[in-house]
Amino acid sequence: MEAVVDELPVILGAFWLTVKLTVVSGLISLVWGIALAAMRVSPLPVLRGAGALYVNVLRNTPLTLIIVFCGLGLGTVMDVQFSDDLSLNSFWLSIIGLSAYTSAFVCEVVRAGINTVPLGQAEAARAIGLTFLQTLRLVILPQAVRTVIAPLGSLLNALVKNTTVAAAIGVMEAALRMKNLFDAHGDAIIPIFLGFAAGFVVLTLPLNLLSGRLARRLAVVR
Amino acid sequence: MLHKKRKVMRMRFAAGLLALAALATGLTACGGSGASSIVDKAKDDKKLVIGVKIDQPGWGLKKPDGGYAGFDVDVAKYVAKELGVPESGITFKEAQSANREPFIQQGQVDMVIATYSITDERKKKISFAGPYLVTGQDILVRADDTSITGVESLKDKKVCGAQGSSSPKRLAEKFGPDWESKNLTQQQGYGACLPLLENKQVDAISTDATILAGFAAQFPGKFKLIGQPFSEERYGIGLKLDDKAGRDAINNAIEKFFKDGSWRKAIDTNLGEFGKYFTTPPSVDRY
Amino acid sequence: MTERGATVLYDVPGPRARLRNNALTLAFGVVLLLVAYFVWTKFDEKGQWKGELWQPFLRADTWTELILPGLLNTLVAAALAAVLALLFGAVFGIARLSDHRWVRIPAAVVVEAFRAVPVLMLIFFAQYGGSLAGLVVTEFTAVVFGLTVYNGSVLAEIVRAGILAVPRGQAEAGYAIGLRKNQVMRLILLPQAVTAMMPAIVSQLVVLLKDTALGFVVAYADLLNAGARVVPANYANLIPSVIVIAAVYIAINLALGYLAAWLERRSRRSRKVTADPAAAERAGGEVAFVR
Repeated sequence: MEAVVDELPVILGAFWLTVKLTVVSGLISLVWGIALAAMRVSPLPVLRGAGALYVNVLRNTPLTLIIVFCGLGLGTVMDVQFSDDLSLNSFWLSIIGLSAYTSAFVCEVVRAGINTVPLGQAEAARAIGLTFLQTLRLVILPQAVRTVIAPLGSLLNALVKNTTVAAAIGVMEAALRMKNLFDAHGDAIIPIFLGFAAGFVVLTLPLNLLSGRLARRLAVVR
Repeated sequence: MLHKKRKVMRMRFAAGLLALAALATGLTACGGSGASSIVDKAKDDKKLVIGVKIDQPGWGLKKPDGGYAGFDVDVAKYVAKELGVPESGITFKEAQSANREPFIQQGQVDMVIATYSITDERKKKISFAGPYLVTGQDILVRADDTSITGVESLKDKKVCGAQGSSSPKRLAEKFGPDWESKNLTQQQGYGACLPLLENKQVDAISTDATILAGFAAQFPGKFKLIGQPFSEERYGIGLKLDDKAGRDAINNAIEKFFKDGSWRKAIDTNLGEFGKYFTTPPSVDRY
Repeated sequence: MTERGATVLYDVPGPRARLRNNALTLAFGVVLLLVAYFVWTKFDEKGQWKGELWQPFLRADTWTELILPGLLNTLVAAALAAVLALLFGAVFGIARLSDHRWVRIPAAVVVEAFRAVPVLMLIFFAQYGGSLAGLVVTEFTAVVFGLTVYNGSVLAEIVRAGILAVPRGQAEAGYAIGLRKNQVMRLILLPQAVTAMMPAIVSQLVVLLKDTALGFVVAYADLLNAGARVVPANYANLIPSVIVIAAVYIAINLALGYLAAWLERRSRRSRKVTADPAAAERAGGEVAFVR
């Protein structure tokens, strides 16, 4: 127990990094995922094909592999460099990996949300003379957004846990920090583990409750 | 009748559960060889499980032909032969930097020969035969880089290390946590550092000269060693803490390895031109 | 009724829209090609297309000696973890529905706690905690432990939701004809629930298979380890090797994905099902989509 108390600043620092990874890659995934969904439902076969290819490749590759590739390949082959500070650089590289991966799932959730809106809704909207944007804004999105809230909540929840994979390229987030603390305090492994596990429960439980509640409140009755 | 059938079903289910549990525990239990000495095990079974690196060119490398090659592998074969185990009786197993002590403590391997430095810290958990080679932490840089002349130059350079290895820790202690955060990246093994060095994501890789020489030999003309070791690493053969008999027998084997010229031969075949960095065998430390 | 080609977003294109679409297709096509060309030249610039980096993958022994043993290790870990996780899920999923509070509540705590903890942390914990307790914890055991506990907890939720999704009348009818609690569960609820849960279970097993790659971080000799360490140590071709390994993973996961889709179609067609597969899927929550 002492070890956990002594190392509390270190543990909190690690979780702060976990939170940053989650928030930043969550936002990027949301934007990029919606863009991908737009590609996949567009009337242009080129975009549909490109979107489908992206989603199928990224969704079926292990996250560990994606992050390792981002950590080693993006810098060495594509000359991607974010910072002279190596910690910061691998932080951003892992964000690219996490976002590239998560956005594929966001895309599928959003696309499924759009597809749950019955065709008749859109036809009715067009019949009363609404333009494309009006149809989207007033009829389709309000219904689609409600159905995607719960699955997006679960995605965010998974993302919190997935940030630990950044450890593979040396980002000092919670899991790698925990391992290092195991090395330093061989006699306090269980308290340290419980401390970190509690941290993740604290991070994910409110997310679960909130998204479940929102989803129930906004559910579309059909 | 129906009742009986149900009972049989239930028993079958229970038996299945038991079998699964046995499978799970059996999988974890295999490899434990008890407290007896490695000498007895070698004599009785004619078999040894030896932990080596599998991704370190020149030292321990798994080959596409199914075999293993490298200096450590040659040492392993020689020692095993001296203990009475033929080459066919050796099972090689990957020992990664981070898991070598637990490997030996838990009996998953009989000994570890994997560019393994003898340290007091490690001696608390396991024991060492040897050393069979003395080297030091050195620096690998791009062949055209003249700005790095020694360890002090690393203060404002970017360095790559492997997670769980002691070399990056030494630099981090020397230059402080701020340097560690900004200038040090820790990857999964030193192999991952090479592309980063080649493409200037980092300026140097720092660990034992041996490991660096092995990689440098793989990319002719691209990298160079600084050649000024700033630590002393004594590579030993790791085995169980209480196995004094095993340590003595292996030390005898190592001394024979030095004397009959096999040491020099193994260095030259495995490191080629980089063999020049390793001139004389050390003397064995019997503690 | 609706004409072919109309979607919820777009009406059937008229002549002007068709023209515009064609122009846009051309424009986006060019943009995508430019992106592909840019990536290609970057690889070329860095010498990543060099033959000697890719040639090893045309040799049989690279596959049989270096890559396939890794793939085998991946599949073995995934298979054992899948069996154990299903067992874990069944036990805890049913326990959470128990009438006894002293069974229900501990089961709920275990499931909720392990669902919240990342697999990688569970793997590290198994390694360090296990040797603390004097157990022999191989990387294999650690990986299987982490995958079992995490995915078992998620599966427990799927099982629970699947059972709850069977209409109440079914259980009531069972009690009415004099069946006991465990008979109702075994003979009536579970058989119907399992069919409904199948797609969710299979997608969770795909998740599990992909997660075996976490073994790389603790040096389990899996497929990713073969591609990122073993092959490059021989041929100094890290990037090409990782790309080839990614293709292997994608092929396997796509095949499993098609299997999941096929199972789902089949269970939808089957008239015996009274439980709603979508309900089980929703309950699994992160299940279906994630990871």
